[in-house]
Amino acid sequence: MRLGEAWRVAFDALRANRLRSALTMLGVVIGVAAVVLLVGIGTGAKQEVESEVQGLGSNLLLVVPGEFSFGAAPTVSRLTLNDVDGVARVVGDRRRVAATVSSGELARVGNREVFVTVQGTNETVPLVFDRPVARGSYIRRSDVDTRRRVAVLGSSTARQLFGDRDPLGRQLTVAGVRFRVIGVFEETGSAFGVDRDEDVHIPITAAQRLLNTQRVDALAVKAPTTKGIDALGTRITDSLKERHPGETFSAVTQTQILGAVGKILGLLTLVLAAIAAISLLVGGVGVSNIMLVSVRERTREIGLRKAVGARQRDILLQFLIEAVVLTSVGGVVGILIGTGGAVLVRSVSPLPAVIAWWSVALAFGVSVAVGLFFGVFPARRAGRMDPVDALRSE
Amino acid sequence: MTAVLEAVDVVKRYDLDGVSVEALRGVSLAVEEGGYVAIMGPSGSGKSTLMHLLGGLDRPTSGTIRLGGVDVATLSSDAMAKVRNETIGFVFQSFQLLARTSALGNVAMPLVYRGVARRERRERAAAALASVGMAHRLDHRPNQLSGGEQQRVAIARALVGDPGVLLADEPTGNLDSRNGAEVLALLDRLNTERGVAVVLVTHDPEVAARARRVVHVRDGELREDPPAKPRRARPRKAAS
Repeated sequence: MRLGEAWRVAFDALRANRLRSALTMLGVVIGVAAVVLLVGIGTGAKQEVESEVQGLGSNLLLVVPGEFSFGAAPTVSRLTLNDVDGVARVVGDRRRVAATVSSGELARVGNREVFVTVQGTNETVPLVFDRPVARGSYIRRSDVDTRRRVAVLGSSTARQLFGDRDPLGRQLTVAGVRFRVIGVFEETGSAFGVDRDEDVHIPITAAQRLLNTQRVDALAVKAPTTKGIDALGTRITDSLKERHPGETFSAVTQTQILGAVGKILGLLTLVLAAIAAISLLVGGVGVSNIMLVSVRERTREIGLRKAVGARQRDILLQFLIEAVVLTSVGGVVGILIGTGGAVLVRSVSPLPAVIAWWSVALAFGVSVAVGLFFGVFPARRAGRMDPVDALRSE
Repeated sequence: MTAVLEAVDVVKRYDLDGVSVEALRGVSLAVEEGGYVAIMGPSGSGKSTLMHLLGGLDRPTSGTIRLGGVDVATLSSDAMAKVRNETIGFVFQSFQLLARTSALGNVAMPLVYRGVARRERRERAAAALASVGMAHRLDHRPNQLSGGEQQRVAIARALVGDPGVLLADEPTGNLDSRNGAEVLALLDRLNTERGVAVVLVTHDPEVAARARRVVHVRDGELREDPPAKPRRARPRKAAS
C-alpha cells in the first residue's frame, strides 16, 4: 500500500468517529497548551527580571555582608556608617556610594494608614540608582548629618497617603514619628504585581534612630566605568574585611545577579515544563487507550483487510498514522490555545507571558512522538491479528 | 486442468486449553479452474476450517495447501496476503462491508493493497459494481442498501481483483429467499460467463444443488457425492 493511501484510510476512520477522536485529542490538546503556556510564563518572568536587573546599569556594585548566593542564610549585617566612609575612600568619590537600611513600617497621614518599605539612605540615591525625584528635592547631605526628619515618597505611597493633595511640606508619621515630606519620586512602575513605588526614603541616620540600630544593610557603588569593576569590588570587600576581621562581604555586579537569577528562573521554567509534560504524557496514555479500544472494535475490519490482501505492515501503518494524526492535530490545537492563553495572561494579569518558539516546536515534536510511542503498541497488536480470528469475532 | 485451490491430505488440529481437537483429519480436495464446488456440512463439521485453509487465511497442521499452484508452507504471512489478494475473492455471510465507506470505496479496497492508483481503482470498482448490477448505487453506504444489494457489493469486491476463484461462505445465510436466489443466480452467471471458479460453503442442500460438484464434511473428513447429473442445461460445460 502507498503511504498516501494509508493517510487517507486513517483520516476516514477518524472522521467516522468524530466525537471520540475529538475527546481523545483533548488530552493532548490540554498537555500541549499547558507546556506552551507555562513555559511562556516562565520565560516571560525570566526576561522581565533580567531586564529589571539590567536596568540597574552595568556599572553598579552591590556590597552585602556574607556570601552572595541564593539560598544562603541571611547574614546579620555588621556594616556601619563608618564603613560607608571607608568604602567612599576606596572608591575615591563619596557621591558614588549609597548606603541603605530598610524596614517595613506603618506610615500614616490623618486616618490613612499604609504599610510601606522605609529606606534609610543617604543623599546619593538619585545618582547611584538612577531614581529621579519628580517634585521637590531629595534628601541632602546636611539632612543625613543632622538626622533631619524629612521624607521622600514613592509615587504610590504619595497617592495613597495624600490622595489629590500636594504632599510637599506636609507631615506624615512613620512608626509613630513625624516626618516632613520634601519630595516625591518619579513613577517607576510595577513588576510581577509588586508596586515598586510603595516606599518612603528618609535619612539613614534618622532611620537608624527610628529602628534603634547602628547597622547598614547594604552598600551600592556606582563605578565610573564598567571596566575594572570586579577589581574595585575586590578592593572594597578587602577593605571591609580588614575592618571586620572574620567576616565575609560580597560585591556583586549586574552580571553576577543576572547569572544567579537566570539560573533560578531557568529552573522554574524547567519545573513548569516538566509538570506540563506530565499532562502531555497522560494525554498520550489516553491516545493509547482509545487506540486499543479502536483496534478491538475494528477487529472485523482488520480481518477483512487482511483477507483481501493487507500485509501486517499495512495494518500497522494505518493505526499508527491514526494515532499520530490524533496527537499532531491535538498538538496544533494545543499550541493555538496555549498561545492564546499566554496572550490572555499577559493582558489580564501581571505575569509577562511570552511565547517561546522553542517550546512551540518542542511541544509539536513531542506530540508527534507521543503519537508514535503510544500508537505503536495498539498498531502492532492490530497488525499481528490473525485474520481467521478477526473475521470470526462478533 | 490445473487446480486453483488444492488441499492434499490436510490435517488441522487446534489446541484448546491443552486439549487437542482435530478439526480436519486428512482432507484432500482440488478446485479446478472454472469449477463450481459446494462444501456442505453441519456446523462444527470442520467446513469453516477447510474454507479458511483453502482461502489461505490459515495454515494446516500437516498436509499441503496450494493456492494458484503455490504451496503456502513456503510463503510468509505477507506473501500469503499477496496470494490471497491476487487469487481469491471472499464473499462472507455477513457481507463484511465497511460502514463508513461508499459501495465504490468498499469494492476498491483490495486494489489499495495491490498498489493500484486511485483513479484506476475507481474505474475498476465501478466496472465491477456494474457487472453485479449495482452501477446505480456507487456512492451509497452499506446502511443505505438492502441485504441483497450489500451482498452484491461484496461480490463486486471479491471480483474486482480478477481472482481465479470466489470463496463464498454461506453467501445467502443472511438473505431472504428472493434476494438469496438473486445472489446465487449471480454466482452462477459469473461462473459460466467469466469462468471464475466458485467454492460455495453452505449447509443448505438446495443451495449446494447449484454446484456441479458437492462434497460433504463430517467429523473432519470429506465425502464426495457421485457426480450428479446437472439439473439443467448449462450454456458452456467447461469443467469436467
